[in-house]
Amino acid sequence: MAPRKSAAAASRKKPAEKSGLNGGITEFDKATELKAYEEMLLIRRFEEKAGQLYGMGFIGGFCHLYIGQEAVVVGMQMALKDGDQVITGYRDHGHMLATGMEARGVMAELTGRRDGYSHGKGGSMHMFSKEKNFYGGHGIVGAQVSLGTGLAFANKYRGNDNVAVAYFGDGAANQGQVYESFNMAALWKLPVIYIVENNRYAMGTSTVRSSAQSNFSLRGNSFGIPGHQVDGMDVRAVHAAAVEAVAHGRAGKGPIILEMLTYRYRGHSMSDPAKYRSKDEVQKMRSEHDPIEQVKARILELKHASEDDLKAIDKKVRDVVADSADFAQNNPEPDVSELYTDIVL
Amino acid sequence: MPIDILMPALSPTMEEGTLSKWLKNEGDSVAAGDVIAEIETDKATMEVEAVDEGTIGKIVVPAGTENVKVNAVIAVLLEDGESASDIGAPKKAEAADAPKESADDAGGKARAADEEPEAAASGKVPAAPKTDVASDPDIPEGTEMVPTTVREALRDAMAEEMRANDDVFIMGEEVAEYQGAYKITQGLLAEFGARRVVDTPITEHGFAGVGVGAAMAGLRPIVEFMTFNFAMQAIDQIINSAAKTLYMSGGQMGAPIVFRGPNGAAARVAAQHSQCYAAWYSHIPGLKVVMPYTAADAKGLLKAAIRDPNPVIFLENEILYGQTFDVPKMDDFVLPIGKARVHKQGKDVTMVSFGIGMTYAVKAVEELSALGIDVELIDLRTIRPMDLPTVIESVKKTGRLVTVEEGYPQNSVGTEIATRVQQQAFDYLDAPIITIAGKDVPMPYAANLEKLALPNVAEVVEAVKTVTYRT
Repeated sequence: MAPRKSAAAASRKKPAEKSGLNGGITEFDKATELKAYEEMLLIRRFEEKAGQLYGMGFIGGFCHLYIGQEAVVVGMQMALKDGDQVITGYRDHGHMLATGMEARGVMAELTGRRDGYSHGKGGSMHMFSKEKNFYGGHGIVGAQVSLGTGLAFANKYRGNDNVAVAYFGDGAANQGQVYESFNMAALWKLPVIYIVENNRYAMGTSTVRSSAQSNFSLRGNSFGIPGHQVDGMDVRAVHAAAVEAVAHGRAGKGPIILEMLTYRYRGHSMSDPAKYRSKDEVQKMRSEHDPIEQVKARILELKHASEDDLKAIDKKVRDVVADSADFAQNNPEPDVSELYTDIVL
Repeated sequence: MPIDILMPALSPTMEEGTLSKWLKNEGDSVAAGDVIAEIETDKATMEVEAVDEGTIGKIVVPAGTENVKVNAVIAVLLEDGESASDIGAPKKAEAADAPKESADDAGGKARAADEEPEAAASGKVPAAPKTDVASDPDIPEGTEMVPTTVREALRDAMAEEMRANDDVFIMGEEVAEYQGAYKITQGLLAEFGARRVVDTPITEHGFAGVGVGAAMAGLRPIVEFMTFNFAMQAIDQIINSAAKTLYMSGGQMGAPIVFRGPNGAAARVAAQHSQCYAAWYSHIPGLKVVMPYTAADAKGLLKAAIRDPNPVIFLENEILYGQTFDVPKMDDFVLPIGKARVHKQGKDVTMVSFGIGMTYAVKAVEELSALGIDVELIDLRTIRPMDLPTVIESVKKTGRLVTVEEGYPQNSVGTEIATRVQQQAFDYLDAPIITIAGKDVPMPYAANLEKLALPNVAEVVEAVKTVTYRT
């Protein structure tokens, strides 16, 4: 790559008005609020159903639910355009739904059936959609950060203005390859948006117990990568930051880090003993900061929709999820011949 | 005493070079550290510094001399009070040959000079005895052959593929401005520019992942590892990301990427820089693993690897880089991955080798021929997918099998071949299969121990005698 100058120094300048990158919020119009509500609700209901199916034995292995973090991926996705790529780790069902992947195909993959996105060969942690530019779904903590940087490399190589969005958690943020990627992304000014989904716990280890610098927005400082903390429970804040970060990437200014302050209500995986945090802490987040309840309250307050209208959305979402669960339970297992397909082309 | 200035070695495997230029003349006085000459190898140009102070009494090797052996006297330095008349007869010839004559305790050149006679000394000597090499059915009869080093063949393969497809690019440490740590990418930056010849930071794990991500997005990266020893840092991305994505995505996306670079032991670089990864990577479904010996195979298979839609591990060898073989002059010479080449036909014993293992095999086959044992030598070329049918067919003919490789003995490529051959051709075997490999030790540094740790021609010869009950 030709440009060899170091990346732009971190810009922490305060503009006169609050922008999305320093906590500003752009109010949503009615249509956007309703869209955000529906998309987040779909993820919530889908994940609740996945949890149920896991308990019933339809889903095996590891299953990491996104409940509580819905605003992050929904707000980000709203700022993207066709051709922008998304890649994440193993807490990935929400990202798939947000990129427009079909609930049926995702759920059928969770149950290991033939019409799952990977024909039952990937499972919860390894799912992809070329059509939706969703590049997985990766089970190795941090690997998606280098891969996502490579997606951005391809954009720059091709000279298009697409951006790659690489999601990773506060746990992955301590992996070495994250910083190797930061260095190259800044060096070559790659259009990548690094999203640190800081849900406060890497499995059961809280950020303060795992991270010498637990303000993850500062983790790009050594490379001159600007970083910002965002209220990841408020979809408007996420969206406002996303719009600016995406513009930064499209303009050829290189990588940017958004630390999304968020929270997962459920355990790390389905077998989480939940000994590392109090029930009160979880309850407080649910009752005071729930991303979906926040949108719902605004919609009702501003009379964008009535209770009945929202119930209709709820029903629509429940129907999609019920249909996906039904499909995923009744879809046949992969043909045994699938064992030996898709190994090499 | 006048001080001899010797031709220096610039790398662990250098045996000779060109004395391109003298920067001092006879009669000039020099201080320690002064640059007195420039020397050039196929890999690099370097300056020679004086290590003592004095006056250049005599220039023994004039500027422009090619193939000057390492340790040959190139000039004589006079100390205070000495004159040209104090200089005795130059000892240039002996100096270069010394390591050969006392190989047991020789310095770094022992391995290269003693173990690979066909490579011997000069890169101009064809490594494979031409008379013995069976023609490759993939090369049309009557094709003009051009003597080419493995190094040039690899570079040509990449350049041709980069010309043909803009999605192909190379990234790695020192591939661009330095022209390649082993000069494999020489000239590519000038032709293709910095967009497509990308110097990376020293960050194997990271740039392997970046390469795989770019491949998932549809580009065709060639990722050069300065050596495969360093790829251990990146092995998670190679295996968990590159090799498995096609399967995990139900065939939606894979990683069309080539990971290439020198593999295995060079010379005197010891444990952390001397390991063969053929068996390691060949364990992994989703990868193809190629390990060529000749320059023609290096070229034809690297072009195939770059076009392959799967991740390909392309294992080269530093000692082979400078060796010259005939390469067919064809517009687009591509060889099939997964097909072995019968290097020499024979009827008594089947010998299977690959990569640098072939250097022992070729030499042993020559010696055995003199003893009246006619070996069929198969160069596997690709480790995965393995062309077992070619091996089985040969074993059915000979009833005997010896494998030769440099890697560690446990779970080696040879033990895999032995397992499959005894399963599929048990009734044809007339003797237990012998697998020759490197010794089960980390590579030692000391010249004599290193020599012991590697396979040698004598044990290959002995193995063949054993399976033919000629001992």
